[in-house]
Amino acid sequence: MTGLITMDDLTNEEILSILDDAERLLPVARGELYLPLLQGRILGNLFFEPSTRTRMSFETAMKRLGGDVVNLGDVKTSSVVKGETLFDTIQMVDGYTDIIAMRHPRQGAAQYAQDAARVPILNGGDGAGHHPTQTMLDLFTIRQAHGRLDGLKVVLAGDLRYGRTVHSLSHALTRFGCELIFASPDLLRMPVEIVSDLRENGATVTETEDLYGSMGDADVVYMTRIQKERFADEDEYARCAGAYKLDSRHLDDVKGDMIIMHPLPRVDEIHPAVDASRHARYFEQAFNGVVARMALLCRLLGVTVPADVYAEGGVL
Amino acid sequence: MSNEQSMRRVTAIRNGTVIDHVPSGQALRVLEMLGIAGETSVPVSLVMNVPSKKLGSKDIIKVEDRELTQGELDRLALVAPEAHVAIIRAYVVAEKLSINLGEEVVNVVRCTFSNCITTNAREPQPHRLRVVSRDPLHLRCHYCGRPQDLDELVKNAL
Repeated sequence: MTGLITMDDLTNEEILSILDDAERLLPVARGELYLPLLQGRILGNLFFEPSTRTRMSFETAMKRLGGDVVNLGDVKTSSVVKGETLFDTIQMVDGYTDIIAMRHPRQGAAQYAQDAARVPILNGGDGAGHHPTQTMLDLFTIRQAHGRLDGLKVVLAGDLRYGRTVHSLSHALTRFGCELIFASPDLLRMPVEIVSDLRENGATVTETEDLYGSMGDADVVYMTRIQKERFADEDEYARCAGAYKLDSRHLDDVKGDMIIMHPLPRVDEIHPAVDASRHARYFEQAFNGVVARMALLCRLLGVTVPADVYAEGGVL
Repeated sequence: MSNEQSMRRVTAIRNGTVIDHVPSGQALRVLEMLGIAGETSVPVSLVMNVPSKKLGSKDIIKVEDRELTQGELDRLALVAPEAHVAIIRAYVVAEKLSINLGEEVVNVVRCTFSNCITTNAREPQPHRLRVVSRDPLHLRCHYCGRPQDLDELVKNAL
């Protein structure tokens, strides 16, 4: 395995094994245990697009494991604004670091970077393409809540057209035999080629605009933000904005163990009153970004996570 | 009608290239892909929808005073992978060229997706399309993974 560009780079067995590593690393992610597995290693954070959680959680993950991080910084003040190609930027950072986490507005940028680099690339989002490290933390959160990944009924709602998190997650859930319900305004439906790929891979997929009516027997409701920045046309955005506003009254008839997830940031698609409900998992999900990325960094750098982290680690 | 009779629907050429066994109705797309559609300084003759034992019906193209290059054969592979190409010199077949569509099509056409990383013309790595299936032909960009529309791809020849 070189880098992680799409979920196709991992087998189901590898996914489960990385999630097991992540589980063991929880006390390290919480700061209860010091385990410098990545001491002396450097992560290059290349974020050509804004990012809060992904960038910070990569940085936290690396530092919790005793490694260090160098950042591209603001694109507006880097050599990118001078017209440097992605190829040249990668050549430079490849020489400075042991592994690169990257987000880029162009689709395919992560694969392009991986072809140009010697070090592994972790795709932190490429246009409306893939976001596999988000998928890993999503799978971790789902397994944490339900104890399994297979055979669940998952509703994915909101911006399914441009939302890369739901693209990667749908592919992964299909591989574990989950039933998928895509709830979105018509303009933001899951791209036809993705639905067709999923069906070819044996997925049971239902498309609907009725989110609330689809939640009754769901195990997971995965909300996403309508991304204003992805719309070329303001009128189109206005027609979709506020399509779904999940609040406490929508939770009366859902399953007791149903969880609500969201890659964050949210705008108004989940009312703050939902935060206190037993269904809300999005803040734990954001925390899980650290532990999932710790496990991925170890795996890609060829570092084994010990079976007993307490035996290897020191108390802070 | 024999193959010879089909070929004779247009005058024999002295020097140039004959592209035979083009799928019926695809001749114009082949010319566009080869960049010899519209204004061109060389004479081009084509016959369309003539009977063929192998294909049922087919198109034939004759381009005078021009021999196809390997790059053009690679482009031809995307629109007429089963075509036969003969180089004619002094009225006789001097060479028969074969069209090979490999696992990947490299630096022949650009990905058709407008937000693909390869749309930046200054990026130096090769344009790569994976052959997902041959019949019907399905291609996907190696980088962005998007399926390629063959009609659009014709406009993206390098």
